[in-house]
Amino acid sequence: MEVPKTGEFAHIGKSVVIKGELTGSEDLYLDGQVEGSILLKGNNLTVGPNGQVKANVDAKGVIVQGKLEGNLHATDRVELKKSAIVMGDIATQRIAIEEGAYLKGKVDVGKDGK
Amino acid sequence: MKMFRGSTSGPDKASAPAQSYPKLSRRSSGLGELARYWSSQEGLCILDLGATSPANIRYFTERSHKMYSEDLLTASTDPGLVTKDEQGNIVLDSRQFLEDNLVYPAAQFDVVLCWNLPDYMDESLVKPVVGRLWSVLKPGGILLAFFHTRDAGPDAPCYRYHIMGPDVLDMQPIVPQREVRRGPTGAIHRAVGAGFRLQRVFNNRHIENLFRDFASIKFFLSRDNIREVLVVR
Repeated sequence: MEVPKTGEFAHIGKSVVIKGELTGSEDLYLDGQVEGSILLKGNNLTVGPNGQVKANVDAKGVIVQGKLEGNLHATDRVELKKSAIVMGDIATQRIAIEEGAYLKGKVDVGKDGK
Repeated sequence: MKMFRGSTSGPDKASAPAQSYPKLSRRSSGLGELARYWSSQEGLCILDLGATSPANIRYFTERSHKMYSEDLLTASTDPGLVTKDEQGNIVLDSRQFLEDNLVYPAAQFDVVLCWNLPDYMDESLVKPVVGRLWSVLKPGGILLAFFHTRDAGPDAPCYRYHIMGPDVLDMQPIVPQREVRRGPTGAIHRAVGAGFRLQRVFNNRHIENLFRDFASIKFFLSRDNIREVLVVR
């Protein structure tokens, strides 16, 4: 998957480590490490192949290529790419999982991801 | 990749799982009986213990069931589990394993899909895992497991099972990727090697003993050296 251009996404590179609450009102491409929580209501999160997230995530859409430990709530959709490792519950409206993705947790597909 | 919703108007070609693996299909009488159960109910809690299957997740979420996925065989490759028993034999630490896996304080399941897990799981984990499965199943809950017969031979491949219809399964040989050999914690596990190997063959008496705390057990014989077992808690 192509790395989004910086102008379209906020970009956290693979050498960046963040501990705490991450909130924002723009789409985020995350290839570094985050421990805490991620809140992007109405916006999308992409966890890149080098991304390592230990956080509950609340966003509109989430694409995971790296590793994510925590519960994932997306009001629109979740995509787990083949390299994804997800350990946590997923609540969303739509979900797509590629062959090879690893998931440990609950999948709850419902209206508005609730 | 095709997105799928909780309620769609039937399967379509584009949403079928990737067919990049050698496709083997089989009919499953045990699955057929289970399918009659989950087709007549709504909002069931279903636990799939096989390797993560997009097809199974789609199958259940389309039918408004809650789906849990936990790849126990991969989880058992965690090198942190390796320990020695009182005789100095290398075993896996079942207590640690059950602290890290099959932990569902807020859920009890109507259905557990065990697939061929007991045949490939390390000996030290089989009984403790079945005991934990008893406790996470609701009373009246149903467990489906497959057991090889002796005729299957020691090299019987370990499959991932994809539900394709009420009594139809696609079987995909599990070729451990680098990530699988590493285990979920990321450390390399030397015992997995090129693939999961059949650890033992249970006879019918062994199977009955394994599930003796359950209320009932039903066997289905098939032509491909597999016995399917439906166990009711």
